[in-house]
Amino acid sequence: MAQFNLRINGKQHQVDVDPSTPLLWVLRDHLKMKGTKYGCGVAQCGSCTIHLDGQAVRSCITFVDSVGDKEITTIEGLSENGDHPVQQAWLEHDVAQCGYCQPGQIMQAAALLKENPHPSDEEIEEAMSGNICRCGTYTRIKQAIKTASNS
Amino acid sequence: MTTAKIQFGRRSFIKSTVLAGGGLMLGFNLLASCKPGSANELEIPDEWFEINAYLKIGENGVVSIMSKNPEFGQGVMTSMPMVIAEELDVDWKNVMVEQAPFDAARFERQFTGGSQALRSSWQMLRTTGAAARQMLREAAAKAWDVPVAEITTAAGMLQHTGSGKKAGYGEFASAAAQIPVPTEVELKEPKDFTIVGKSKKNVNGKDIVTGKPLFGLDVEKEGMLIATVAIPPAFGMKLKSFDATEAKTMPGIKDIFSFKSYNDDYEQNMFDTNAFTELVAIVGNSTWEVMNAKLMLNVEWEPFSDYQYTAGGFRGSQEVTVPAGLESTADHMVKMKEAAAKPGNIVRKDGNPDEAFKNAAKVIESTYTAPFLGHFMMEPINFYADVTEDMVTVIGPSQAPEFVEGTISARLGIPREKIDVQITRMGGGFGRRAYNHYATEAAVISQQVKAPVKLVYSREDTTRFGVFRPAYYVTFRAGLDANNNMIAFHVKAGGVPESPLHANRFPAGAVDNYLAEAWTVDSNITIGAFRAPGSNFIGPAEQLFLDEVAEAAGKDPIQFRLDLFKKAQENPVGERNDYDAARYAGVLELVREKSGWGQNDSGRKRGVAAYFCHNSYAAHVVDVVMENGKPRVENVVSAMDCGIVVNPDAAVNMVEGAVVDGIGCAMYGEITFTDGAPDMDNFDSYRMIRYNEAPKKIDVHFVQNEIAPTGLGEPPFPPIFAALGNALYKLTGDRYYHQPFNKEDS
Repeated sequence: MAQFNLRINGKQHQVDVDPSTPLLWVLRDHLKMKGTKYGCGVAQCGSCTIHLDGQAVRSCITFVDSVGDKEITTIEGLSENGDHPVQQAWLEHDVAQCGYCQPGQIMQAAALLKENPHPSDEEIEEAMSGNICRCGTYTRIKQAIKTASNS
Repeated sequence: MTTAKIQFGRRSFIKSTVLAGGGLMLGFNLLASCKPGSANELEIPDEWFEINAYLKIGENGVVSIMSKNPEFGQGVMTSMPMVIAEELDVDWKNVMVEQAPFDAARFERQFTGGSQALRSSWQMLRTTGAAARQMLREAAAKAWDVPVAEITTAAGMLQHTGSGKKAGYGEFASAAAQIPVPTEVELKEPKDFTIVGKSKKNVNGKDIVTGKPLFGLDVEKEGMLIATVAIPPAFGMKLKSFDATEAKTMPGIKDIFSFKSYNDDYEQNMFDTNAFTELVAIVGNSTWEVMNAKLMLNVEWEPFSDYQYTAGGFRGSQEVTVPAGLESTADHMVKMKEAAAKPGNIVRKDGNPDEAFKNAAKVIESTYTAPFLGHFMMEPINFYADVTEDMVTVIGPSQAPEFVEGTISARLGIPREKIDVQITRMGGGFGRRAYNHYATEAAVISQQVKAPVKLVYSREDTTRFGVFRPAYYVTFRAGLDANNNMIAFHVKAGGVPESPLHANRFPAGAVDNYLAEAWTVDSNITIGAFRAPGSNFIGPAEQLFLDEVAEAAGKDPIQFRLDLFKKAQENPVGERNDYDAARYAGVLELVREKSGWGQNDSGRKRGVAAYFCHNSYAAHVVDVVMENGKPRVENVVSAMDCGIVVNPDAAVNMVEGAVVDGIGCAMYGEITFTDGAPDMDNFDSYRMIRYNEAPKKIDVHFVQNEIAPTGLGEPPFPPIFAALGNALYKLTGDRYYHQPFNKEDS
């Protein structure tokens, strides 16, 4: 066990956990932030996507001792009132079916648009291909990303 | 207006003691409620008045509607309350929706499966809303001393034109709660609907995009421990012994023990699972700690011998034998070929198929196969349980909460009335979450450790404790006469361990000489419902085959089918045909029109298929192109007939999802087994469709009619496999007989 000081969504948090604990479980079990989802544990589905210094990463394979003083952003902190352009576009297109993968999809899309505000279809496909949706909302997600990129 | 007898049981209207001076005031769980859309912040009333089990109205006119069915992405939490709100005649902006707990005394059919939610509840939801509206009108009539017939409603307002009196529902909610429940109510004509048929946003939308704790895996309670389980590594194996000495010393670990999921004399219900009934539980403080401790656990598993258990169900109790053995996919294929070569069980026979095939000018025969599939719902298996001396509370994702209650009651010997089953939003289900062994497991573990427990399966174990879509195999034969009319049809279908045959479906009824046979191969691999069970194989196989037959007959594939439907309509063969030929033909005609079929097809490689299952009709046209040497779906046009479309945009979403999911399963989906163990257990080994493989465009169209609504979760799924396969044939020149299709390409 070791103590870690994490900066999450602009606030400082201290946790006492095994250094090999993935950030996913630190967020979910220790800090009770449930927006970041467990899907596969091996960085293959994207449900656990968060931002580390603005970059999309898979929190299920990001060990807590590798974070250092990087700024962590989770779905809970993407915007103050749930009104980030990507979140708004998701609502406008009523993207979700079951909704479980969507926080990860939104975090991935938000990181893409930050880096590339007007991605082409191919760039969207490339950036989003690591995020799985079993309900099959891919076509709607693409429309939502385009709407967000124009806002 | 039409008059209808109210269809809910009287139980929906059981009221608690009415408080002096008004209706029943209720506590309200804010966390379980949500508001439709995001723009309107509803003001929570000071008092709620319960009109019936589904409806509460606040003094300020805000309406709370209970959503009785478990929600797993099919949209019932929005669409079912819409139906109540329609007949109640309120403004949807003033409605909030709450997920009902499982409560057989108050709510009917709290089950998710078979695309039956709207079909089975349509009339009940309408009469529930209409009865409440009637009670509000009667309350106003009394207060205003005018005839009830003269009171009209609109958007949550009561009005009496003669006297000019007007009031919001909130003003009369208290009085309405005391009005006797009417036995007959007036229902709106569909043309007068103002909510049904108008797209409404997912009532959980805002909570989903902001990461609110909606799912079972998100449940968090004071003093809660986390548990996981060690399950046998293969079907055909059981627990022999285990040594937890080392694992128990791992940080955060509270207890490790083995347990049985059922009592020895237990009669299993249709949603109990017969595999893996003795497990080892690892209980600790956090998910990561219990998963790590599991790695340090030494467990010995051993092959089991044949065994029997008692299964209950619709056909009464029967003894079922589970065969011993560590099965492999290669053996399954050998056994299926052997079984297919023997005479099957004749399920339906019309005319004289033997004679007709002898006389046929042309006989076409093809065999189609498909592998086991895993559900891979995005939220891994989990359930919360808190078992105390006198009460059991379980919370989690379940399509079949009634069965959760029953199995736990039998296992723990605690009566049903002391078991509280709460329903969370599910991160997908697709059939898998009808089988809730994990809820019982969580309850047994909680009882043992005397603490609230959340059971969490790893993704790998979520797959390995599969209730798989079976492996299937079917051979079709069609006989054409000299004029290329289909005069004989033979389907012989089987699988491991069940047959997908639906003997009374098309083309039964459209062919004079018809034979349907079924066979099965025994197995110890657990199988169960998977989005359009059985239909998800036999539907596409039949539609792939009819494409071949149409080609052999030299006919356009749509016209070929339409000719058969014409015959089935005008001169049906046999007594029982499970489809309406006119509606079936209707979706094909609609997809033909909307896709521009046959017009300017040059350069496009397209395929078509249609199917009817779970009470709705679906047809798709798929366009494929070669991209970097690989086929890619460019465009899909879909036509559906599910009667009245309650929530159009959500319905489109559902069809789009079925199209994407179906293309994925057809192209890539496959679970193979080696010595009883699935060879795929996570997304690195099980291929799911990804963004760049999804169609670029999906156009969805609905047949417009006023038929009572039927479901959409399953019906669009089966035919997309075949429309894709038929399009790929045009692209590559190869017929696609075996799923997954991408394996045939390689």
